[in-house]
Amino acid sequence: MNKSRTMNVSKQLDILNNGIFSNGKLPLFKEKLKEVNIPDIKKVQLKILQLNIGYMCNQTCSHCHVDAGPNRKEMMSLKVLNRCLSLMIENKIETVDITGGAPEMHPNFKWFVKRIREKTKVDEIIVRSNLTIILANKKFFDLPNFFADNRIHIISSLPFYNREKTDNQRGKGVFDKSILALKELNKVGYGKANSNLKLDLVYNPSGAFLPPDQESLETKFKEKLYNDFKIEFNNLFTITNLPISRFLDYLIASDNYEEYMETLVSRFNPNATKELMCKNTISISWEGYIYDCDFNQMLDLKINSKNNTVFNCKIEGLVDKKIEISQHCYGCTAGAGSSCQGTIA
Amino acid sequence: MKNEYYNSEDLKKFTNITDWNKELGDKFFNYYESVFAEGKLSSREKSLIALAVSHVVQCPYCIDAYTKDGLEKGVEKEEMMEAVHVGAAIKSGAVLVHGVQMMNRYNKLSM
Repeated sequence: MNKSRTMNVSKQLDILNNGIFSNGKLPLFKEKLKEVNIPDIKKVQLKILQLNIGYMCNQTCSHCHVDAGPNRKEMMSLKVLNRCLSLMIENKIETVDITGGAPEMHPNFKWFVKRIREKTKVDEIIVRSNLTIILANKKFFDLPNFFADNRIHIISSLPFYNREKTDNQRGKGVFDKSILALKELNKVGYGKANSNLKLDLVYNPSGAFLPPDQESLETKFKEKLYNDFKIEFNNLFTITNLPISRFLDYLIASDNYEEYMETLVSRFNPNATKELMCKNTISISWEGYIYDCDFNQMLDLKINSKNNTVFNCKIEGLVDKKIEISQHCYGCTAGAGSSCQGTIA
Repeated sequence: MKNEYYNSEDLKKFTNITDWNKELGDKFFNYYESVFAEGKLSSREKSLIALAVSHVVQCPYCIDAYTKDGLEKGVEKEEMMEAVHVGAAIKSGAVLVHGVQMMNRYNKLSM
């Protein structure tokens, strides 16, 4: 059984399109763009193929926009995985970004990664690892070596450099396990100054506020993680929580929704619209549908084309297509902006 | 009875003070922006000072604003509470140091 406890997509879109956005209190995202003379946001040349290969995860994080957890059974089929491989062969894709859930829990994860390396010219393979999966079961203990052997770029969430904030957001015991996993990754060369094995961490706010300055927080993270645990990593990405899924549930339950949306709107930064990740990325769901980003995937806002699956879509034909937007897009344009690779402005 | 004196919604209307005196209002907000910019003190340090002062002057708007500002600058709750104690220590110190004046007066009037 697929257990999602968050509100359904139509309810989420109803909240994002109505209320404060229909009573004149706040402008719709498209109105805001018009106000500052920014034309429609459109696709450019594709660089990143982001694949959400399944919602199953060993963690149940309070901010998770995927609503992932141990009971989620949605998983990309071999047919879709193979079609994604074909897309990588047929098109010039620089980066494949594999996410989930915990993508390592997909039974064909290792096979798929090896196939990308063997069959395609993809330069960079990113795996968004939650870290604790490495210690979850002995069948995952060899993941650090597997990652290193396949030159995987690891990007992992670590909400803070202390136990309390991390465990509050990601579950009890997650901080200690994450530290152990980071040590295992350091052991095989990840995050070391003289190594080409990249290990980046992701910070997202543990509540209804925007992230701190990325550069100064990275300095603090590096200082604290090295001094306290001798852990090294490459870059810290700060990411804004988008008002969808489990985080939207939290905003409403804690009576923070209006204030949070007001903050996102009041901090709208037109410069952030230049480098939005949705411009050069497509996000593919476990079923093979194509979206402009992972957040649109969770809101089931498919790309602006009738051919919206990996089986019928011509990737090169997506250039100049209008990107599907809604009010959650304010999350990527507030302050220094936000993307899966951190700030953008 | 509902407290009509402080309404958190009013904080959003702060800039409306320029409606009735644009020149002075604009000067104030420009000054305010300059004060909180990165300088010899970081904006993070300034945020913590502002939080302590907010408590000393007991401004609920300022407390709301600088608690959120601190979170957005990665300030930890323990640091925030230390800052509040600095404010409290100065305020209580300011009360107690007047005890010397009381002692002086007492001694002058007493045989």
